[in-house]
Amino acid sequence: MGGSGFLQGFAMDSRVKDGIDQETVAAARALESENYRAGFSTDIETEYAPKGLDESTVRFISAKKDEPDWLLDWRLKAYQRWLTMTEPDWAMVEYDPINYQDIYFYAAPKAGAKYESLDDVPREILETYEKLGIPLREAEVLLGVEGAAETAAAAREPRRIAVDAVFDSVSVATTFRAELEKAGVIFMSISEAVHQHPDLIKAYLGSVVPQSDNYFATLNSAVFSDGTFVYIPPGVRCPMELSTYFRMNAENTGQFERTLIIADKGAYVSYLEGCTAPMRDENQLHAAVVELVALDDAEIKYSTVQNWWPGDETGKGGIYNFVTKRGDCRGPRSKISWTQVETGSAVTWKYPSCILRGDDSVGEFYSIAVTNGRQMADTGTKMIHLGKRTRSRIISKGISAGRSDNTYRGLVSINGKAAQARNFTQCDSLLIGGDCGAHTVPYVENRRADAQLEHEATTTKLSEDQLFYVRQRGLGEEDAVALLVNGFVREVLQELPMEFAVEAQSLLKVSLEGSVG
Amino acid sequence: MLKLTDLTASVGEAGEARTILNGLSLEVPAGEVHAIMGPNGAGKSTLSYVLTGKAGYEVSGGSAWLDGHDLLALDPEERAALGLFLSFQYPLEVPGVPVMTFVRAAMNAQRKARGEAEISAPDFIKMARDIGKELNLSADMLKRPLNVGFSGGEKKRLEIFQMRMLEPRFAILDETDSGLDIDALRIVAEGVNALRSPERGMLVITHYQRLLDYIVPDKVHVLSHGRVILTGGPELALRLEKEGYDGIEGAAA
Repeated sequence: MGGSGFLQGFAMDSRVKDGIDQETVAAARALESENYRAGFSTDIETEYAPKGLDESTVRFISAKKDEPDWLLDWRLKAYQRWLTMTEPDWAMVEYDPINYQDIYFYAAPKAGAKYESLDDVPREILETYEKLGIPLREAEVLLGVEGAAETAAAAREPRRIAVDAVFDSVSVATTFRAELEKAGVIFMSISEAVHQHPDLIKAYLGSVVPQSDNYFATLNSAVFSDGTFVYIPPGVRCPMELSTYFRMNAENTGQFERTLIIADKGAYVSYLEGCTAPMRDENQLHAAVVELVALDDAEIKYSTVQNWWPGDETGKGGIYNFVTKRGDCRGPRSKISWTQVETGSAVTWKYPSCILRGDDSVGEFYSIAVTNGRQMADTGTKMIHLGKRTRSRIISKGISAGRSDNTYRGLVSINGKAAQARNFTQCDSLLIGGDCGAHTVPYVENRRADAQLEHEATTTKLSEDQLFYVRQRGLGEEDAVALLVNGFVREVLQELPMEFAVEAQSLLKVSLEGSVG
Repeated sequence: MLKLTDLTASVGEAGEARTILNGLSLEVPAGEVHAIMGPNGAGKSTLSYVLTGKAGYEVSGGSAWLDGHDLLALDPEERAALGLFLSFQYPLEVPGVPVMTFVRAAMNAQRKARGEAEISAPDFIKMARDIGKELNLSADMLKRPLNVGFSGGEKKRLEIFQMRMLEPRFAILDETDSGLDIDALRIVAEGVNALRSPERGMLVITHYQRLLDYIVPDKVHVLSHGRVILTGGPELALRLEKEGYDGIEGAAA
């Protein structure tokens, strides 16, 4: 977690992409041997729902948020459905069964959920985010505090990011809101949106990932605690990047956030998601749902840097990251692009997908998945081509080290009506050391003779000769590995917004520390 | 400057180890360029790897000192920070890392190890552009990933580019001339000659006398079976060309 890296612009010279690797090495060096900097926990009074899950838990969560009846009914329906489902086991991951009665499904800082200004946010929470390098304090327009002289100063900054911070189950602060409102952009926690924009929520919630979609999505529908809601009105290009930071703090707690992003006709938004959690001996469950909707000519760019606690080197503890992310290119010429850097979690199981419904719509998936120690990742994407001339592009870079297993699993589906659909898939795996595994499982379903499908896959091993070559030029072993790995993932890093690219590079290095020699 | 005494080294797993360097002694004073010549299997490349610290070579005896530092006690990157540079016979590909990025990372890593400030971006770019021009490497080529998709000759020029940029105290050139046509050979040699200075030493490993027409050495050492069997001036290279290694080995034995 390159804290400073998140904030600073890196305009060292105009050829930024060249500069990145340099910055990484510096940022990463600053991290020294701290393997997991986000691994601290915050002492704060926390309010929990009673442990375990039954109908009363669902009612408790809904009541906490003072939800309207329609939403409570929606949750209860999902809960009833969930009871009839069984946990899936087809992914190439192994983990101890989850005891759903031993999890707190809701945890919130006691002082109250939403704060009028950042000054009201408990100091411990702000300190937590500061340690993580998340720019809550630095944001100069806060929570609708308007007309501040700082607004002008803020506007002069080359790049700003509005942040929604979710601490355990609740959203604690959303920055830059006033300015976004001026542009007509709605950016708030989903609990607030339920009250303030019920029509939008009713129209879109569950419209991309239906309640019944899969075991974890159904569970999420019943117990989702908070998350982010974004709506970009027609023709608006969101004036800044939007970001949510998720932090799992409380022990034995599941995090079930729900994110819903709607880009109306001709709108554009770039959204960043970051995740961390303290080091805990117990496994924690993260089962989020993310739904994206892009209407005609709209574009959504969704970037994730995931750094949940991966567990220790013996495989004890760590986050189970079972997430359902799906985007719906509902209108013609719309575009949804997923970029993810997955370095954390004990077990990762996720497939950010695109439904290419609108004619000429475009779906993209750029992924870096790193596994080290005993981590397991089964991740990839689904590109469902329904509309004519829809195009998709998949670039997946898997890096395996230690005794980990890394699987790419992807589906490209060309529907009977998707005339002249095209897909390009490239899956590259890099192995570091001799005890890890890399697997590629591509599925293709094609109902069109005129579809153009390309698939390329490579597996390479980081060679001793290459490492020696780089070290002979003066780079230490860890820096040499980082440089080679950064080269390997370069195509994907280029898709990330600059701040995230720098942060991602330092994360890559930290994640792979000790993987050689 | 560089002082090797009775250097003995082997390669391979214990039990099947083969001795490649067999009591090699050699001294290169600052300001001099020495050539190492010898037949295949004489230990030329092994010498360059042992000096730069590649894994897999077991040094069982002797010593190697650079400027009063015990090279054999240091990691490869520490030797590099002392200013030891190897132009590889077979340069490795570094996919996804542009030449410029790579060289700047290396330069700053060395500077940091020496307690010096990093080079500024404008200074770096200017330096790279100037040296690139001398070596006939376009700005475009320097933006491409290092050694990926470059021809053999281009790779060698990129090695010399790195050497010029890093300005080492002591450079080892391992068969830099192999695979070069005559024009490339001249460009490479000019690059090397540009670095000759009273503070700097060089060891030029080569199979053929041809390179020494362009890089005129102060001394020539003939290597055979892991040791220096003959040392002389530039004329020794010419004699080798005429008599062949067999003749010289016979005469020296």
